[in-house]
Amino acid sequence: MPDENQNKGPLRRFIDLPTDSVPKTIFVAVALCLVASMVVSAAAVALRPLQEVNKLVDKQINILEVAGLYEEGTDVVEAFSVFEPHIVELATGEFTDEFDVETFDGLAAASDPELSIELDDDPASIGRQSKYKTIYILRDDAGEIDKVVLPIHGYGLWSTLYGFIALEENGNDIFGLQFYEHGETPGLGAEIDNPRWKALWPGKKLTDEDGSLQITVAKTAPPAGDEHHIDALAGATLTSVGVNNLVRFWMGEAGFAPFLEKLQSGEIS
Amino acid sequence: MSQTRKQMLTDPLVDNNPITLQVLGICSALAVTSSLQVAFVMSLAVTFVTAFSSMFISILRNQIPGSIRIIVQMVIIASLVIVVDQVLKAYAFEISKTLSVFVGLIITNCIVMGRAEAFAMKNPPIASFIDGVGNGLGYGLILMLVGFFRELFGSGSLFGITIFQTVNNGGWYVPNGMLLLPPSAFFLIGLIIWAFRSWKPEQVEEREFKIQTVEEH
Repeated sequence: MPDENQNKGPLRRFIDLPTDSVPKTIFVAVALCLVASMVVSAAAVALRPLQEVNKLVDKQINILEVAGLYEEGTDVVEAFSVFEPHIVELATGEFTDEFDVETFDGLAAASDPELSIELDDDPASIGRQSKYKTIYILRDDAGEIDKVVLPIHGYGLWSTLYGFIALEENGNDIFGLQFYEHGETPGLGAEIDNPRWKALWPGKKLTDEDGSLQITVAKTAPPAGDEHHIDALAGATLTSVGVNNLVRFWMGEAGFAPFLEKLQSGEIS
Repeated sequence: MSQTRKQMLTDPLVDNNPITLQVLGICSALAVTSSLQVAFVMSLAVTFVTAFSSMFISILRNQIPGSIRIIVQMVIIASLVIVVDQVLKAYAFEISKTLSVFVGLIITNCIVMGRAEAFAMKNPPIASFIDGVGNGLGYGLILMLVGFFRELFGSGSLFGITIFQTVNNGGWYVPNGMLLLPPSAFFLIGLIIWAFRSWKPEQVEEREFKIQTVEEH
């Protein structure tokens, strides 16, 4: 923190100025801001690596949780190694080897003009969408696909919600949904983290038998029936609408639908 | 430690408690007391910020121009809070997620500003530091008291360790859900203030108005 008291030499002139004079006021303001900004940026830069590791582990815990593999005390790194990450090209629904799966970041790619598209029809309010996303496949003992975990994000009421949705091997039955980062109102919109609300998701179906997308978060069940309906949160209409829009967007044609079709037809295994 | 310094440290615990007597810092006391662990970390953070901001402000007190003194105090407090926030994000990520905006809001905690303006601007650094620690501890004491009741009766545990097995986990205790909601902290703080002022009647403020009796004509 500031230590002007010990400064000698030219600075002395400023320090000896009457405290309430204008030059002294400006000098104190500038000096304090300089010192404070250095302290703050030093702390931010020095601690960033640790913070990023924490964020990564937190994301992995969320992927484990959404796939039902996490309990208190699980060794995250070891448990996470059962997942098979792949990068999917959304338009074709096929895996791509163009990028390194360890370092590729689908969210960062969304701001790269080469790797993303500007959305005209943008119900999830994300602006730009990456053409590629990292997905996680979980296999059973026989090596068959058991579950897929897909990243989703979109705007709620105040903030962008980032989360994962886990689907069964048929690419249609929901196994779980979880958001790992959002800034919704505690007690209202933030109830999307409430286990009781999250428990409404497992077993719901994305599409009906004709293959059209029916999943809805709403106050009342849609005509398609209960198996596509998740009850909206009381007191959090706009957050619920946001979740509805972003789930429908990512599960729709602009999102993972081509990939899910390939999964259903057995082209991806 | 001399007698006065010791008093500086212990006075804010009960006799001049920032929450119960000065009724400052209530907002965060409502928000972060639903579990003891979070309340504990918040107490440490506030104690750290109050102590060091008071100390730095006291070191600079003869150099701070009166016209910008509040802003100077705010810059020092805000810098310390950002450092605390960064450290928590690096070393206590889970807790920093629960504390979320409330660490940032230490900047606007009236206790920190109050001690800077009322004490540190007029007293030497070491005394200001001790005064800051004392007030941080006074704040922490109430936080822990409120947190103790809210966590014990709201979720049947203390520091996350189960004391009463709740019905949801196959036990007997039906948790009082209201205690997990912020308004319950209001009731508890009110009760604590009542208890403190019954114990030490000199804390009771003088009435601003006296009720006059109507004289009969």
